[in-house]
Amino acid sequence: MALPDAGGKVAQAEVIGYDPMRTLAVHLVRPKMSIWARLAAIWRYRDLLRGLVAKEIRVKYKDSALGFIWSLLNPAMFILIYYIVFQKILGNGIPLFAIFLATGLLCWNLFQAGVLGATGSVVNNASLVKKVAFPREILALASVGSALVFFLFQAVVLGVFLLVFGVTPDLGYVWLAPIALLALLIVSSALAVLLSAINVYMRDMQHLMEILLQAWFWATPVVYPFMLMASKIARLHLVWLYLVNPVTPVALTFQRAFYAKTDPIGVGGQVVHILPHYSAMWYLGVLGLFIVGGSALFLVALSVFGRLEGNFAEEL
Amino acid sequence: MASSVEVRSVSKQFRLFQEKYTSLKEKVIHLGKVPYEVFPALSDISFEVEQGTTLGLLGHNGSGKSTLLKCIAGILAPTSGEILVRGRVAAMLELGAGFHPDLSGRDNIYLNASLLGLSRREVDRRFDDIVDFSELGPFVENQVKFYSSGMYARLGFAVAVNMDPDVLLVDEVLAVGDANFQLKCINKIKSFQKEGRTIIFVSHSPELVRGICDSAFVLDHGRLVGGGPTAEAITVLQQFQLAGSSLLFDPARDQNRAIPAGDGEVQLSRLEVNGVQVDQRAVDVEPGQQAEVAIEVESSAVHATFAHLELTIINANNIPVFSFNTRDMGLDAFVLRGTTQATARFDSFVAGPGAYSARISLYSEETGALIESRQWDNALVVRGGRRGISGTVAMDVSIFAEELSNRRL
Repeated sequence: MALPDAGGKVAQAEVIGYDPMRTLAVHLVRPKMSIWARLAAIWRYRDLLRGLVAKEIRVKYKDSALGFIWSLLNPAMFILIYYIVFQKILGNGIPLFAIFLATGLLCWNLFQAGVLGATGSVVNNASLVKKVAFPREILALASVGSALVFFLFQAVVLGVFLLVFGVTPDLGYVWLAPIALLALLIVSSALAVLLSAINVYMRDMQHLMEILLQAWFWATPVVYPFMLMASKIARLHLVWLYLVNPVTPVALTFQRAFYAKTDPIGVGGQVVHILPHYSAMWYLGVLGLFIVGGSALFLVALSVFGRLEGNFAEEL
Repeated sequence: MASSVEVRSVSKQFRLFQEKYTSLKEKVIHLGKVPYEVFPALSDISFEVEQGTTLGLLGHNGSGKSTLLKCIAGILAPTSGEILVRGRVAAMLELGAGFHPDLSGRDNIYLNASLLGLSRREVDRRFDDIVDFSELGPFVENQVKFYSSGMYARLGFAVAVNMDPDVLLVDEVLAVGDANFQLKCINKIKSFQKEGRTIIFVSHSPELVRGICDSAFVLDHGRLVGGGPTAEAITVLQQFQLAGSSLLFDPARDQNRAIPAGDGEVQLSRLEVNGVQVDQRAVDVEPGQQAEVAIEVESSAVHATFAHLELTIINANNIPVFSFNTRDMGLDAFVLRGTTQATARFDSFVAGPGAYSARISLYSEETGALIESRQWDNALVVRGGRRGISGTVAMDVSIFAEELSNRRL
């Protein structure tokens, strides 16, 4: 067949290990892959997703003395500053404002970190994309995945604070939180996949998103209560527009479940309208809509990603 | 036997942008209309690789062989056509692609293996084999950034071969690492062959392909120009090289590159091989025959210049195959005044078939400084000679056999 064995040390044990007649999965490389094939590939590479998330977190806080604690200090500082500015200086009168802030911020941070991280993910991993074949959507999903890990960590800390401040979550709404989280994950993943592909062709996307997400943040009821905005636009029948923002119902659900005050007595002594009086079923319906819509968007994102992916290795 | 890889009329076009507009502003300004040329990297390639065989893909740089390999690996999607692959593919395009310098060897094994499509449990099972093969020992717990390039390559190779591939794609990665490691890689590839796995091996080195492959295809400018048993394919490749369709006569490359080092008073003006001036076209030389290389030097200096001459003959892989330096040889310096011709006579020019460049340098006798250097790319082409002889050196050989004992059974 070829040269005589250069080293003559071909271990016999290895020869036994392989059966050339084993049944083999047939795999087609084509200009285009169907969405279902893409979904199957993502599922097959789920261990890679886990590995990338672990890598991202490990690398981020490697060699730093405080390590993971840093992921808490950032939102802690944010909450402290906003607490001083809005409660102490501007006097918004919301009771337990820090808890209110933390609840909304928890959701927002997952969305922002996931989407922003994913936008640059394919470009930043150019060397991988050019050398190894794997479903590249995983790179974007890993950003959402690592944001989820930070979310869970922060959620535990929030839980501790709820205990410390003696806030009792509303059990009639708490069961909605995992559903809200699912909706947020689906919407974030859809945007993540879409933006990571577009960013390969338009590198401005990353910077554009940084600005866009700032506006988006203020369009979401995190710092100010939902009712403050809703009461202003209710006359114009525009509340639905406010709710189109997928982070809004998710943040609302979390606030309703864990902050759990709709019209408490404020710091100044009068009643403050914070959260709407929607029933749990209303929340379920809206969240369900976003889950369905987000899933559809995810499939669209996958198809766009697939269309653009063919030339990734050249564009990078 | 069943085919393991089927390439069905695959074409790949690259878009070559004069200028790449990747920012939004530029996109808006040009309204998405970016001037580009379509460059056919692969044109309508079809072939099948039988299960258990080893195929070589030969071609010069830019022939499309690596693009084809990337398509088979699924890294690039073909513009049209499709590729069917049976079983798990392991592509070794770059050893250790995807290693993260800040992670330990252990973490990188898991990450890299999952990139190649292994599940965590499958890696667990193979982990010890991977570490054994990589010879890293306890260093597997160290961060990869502290590894030597050899350790890095060993670990990359170890992960790739231990993922139990049905089809192994190798792209000249064997060139890295020390001789021991190369031997180990080649042995591993040979054991894969024995086990009946399919291997596609890309190289521009006919020697490696001859040593490993059962058959080979030759690519030239994105087209499949020939193939068959390895020896035949190599002949095709050499014909293409000699016909000058390849890199060897790339018009984009400057044919004669002068590197003036001195004050420009001394110039290497002309090169002749066997009495024929080297100019645009290479001069043919027959292997084993006499050859004369004559160099003409023009000096406009008032005083005579005393200089030593260095001649280097460089093959197509940019490796110097022969060189002499008159100073090191202990010869007297040349006296350069007006026009001088120096001639080097080779009684037997034993270079193997192929194209060669000549680099000539003049050094001052007094100071040893470089006066002038000039390279004639593809100055001479060695072709013809005895059939069946190839390699870097066309040594004169006779082959005979004799009976040592007569033992009839």
